[in-house]
Amino acid sequence: MQDILAYLVGIFLIVGGIFSLGAAIGLLRLPDLYTRMHAASKAGTLGAGFGFLAIALASLDGSVILRAFAGFVFLLLTAPISAHLLARAAYFAGYKPSPVTKVDEMDPK
Amino acid sequence: MTLLLISVLLALTWAAITGTFSLGNLLLGFVIGGMSLWVIRLQVGQSQLLQKIPKIISLAALFIYELVLSAFKVLLLVLSPGMHKRLQPAIIAFPLQAKSDAEITLLANLITLTPGTLSVDVSPDRTMLYVHALEMPDKKKMIKDIANGFEAKIIEVFQP
Repeated sequence: MQDILAYLVGIFLIVGGIFSLGAAIGLLRLPDLYTRMHAASKAGTLGAGFGFLAIALASLDGSVILRAFAGFVFLLLTAPISAHLLARAAYFAGYKPSPVTKVDEMDPK
Repeated sequence: MTLLLISVLLALTWAAITGTFSLGNLLLGFVIGGMSLWVIRLQVGQSQLLQKIPKIISLAALFIYELVLSAFKVLLLVLSPGMHKRLQPAIIAFPLQAKSDAEITLLANLITLTPGTLSVDVSPDRTMLYVHALEMPDKKKMIKDIANGFEAKIIEVFQP
């Protein structure tokens, strides 16, 4: 039982690590701020979520599990807001979406 | 009744975050929760929270599923060698059915965490939500998917 749990914790940590790495690679490879926020907000959130899940399983302590859960919920609440604010601020600061962008319905032209 | 339940939930959350489940700490959480509720008393109102729990759970389940799916899609996209050919970013205007601030905020947050979409801004008259998409093969289909998926569920939860 203890072994299975340790393996599960390991798997969750690795999966979380892969998602976080994916988010970092996305930040490097994607062409503009708007597409980069996709990688940072989604893959990053899930990566940290798997980290919290691993912590909860490794401890099996009620207060730690609740705190890990609360941490994940706060991340879900705040990550999209920061992504949204960064994208919005960039747009109004005059940062144009990359030229590959097909349509821009926010553009008043 | 509902407010009391929320206060108890807030007290438990407080204890969870601070990490000690002592009676004193629970009472402190209860008092702080009650004060927070008092501050937002006009917004809370008399909603029928209890009857809506199944709908809230169904919304949460849909959300977790979409989050996992979207993280996978982003991961596959950024790791694929032909990323630049597949990438077709677009900013589109999504006509909002949802009316209140809480509904629009929740919808915008959920959209950001789901496959290929990111909310950028709400139009000043609150009729349009501007959404940035990573890949947008079909604009009409995308608007329909959001309207029938998250927006419909959010309206079910918020409107009586």
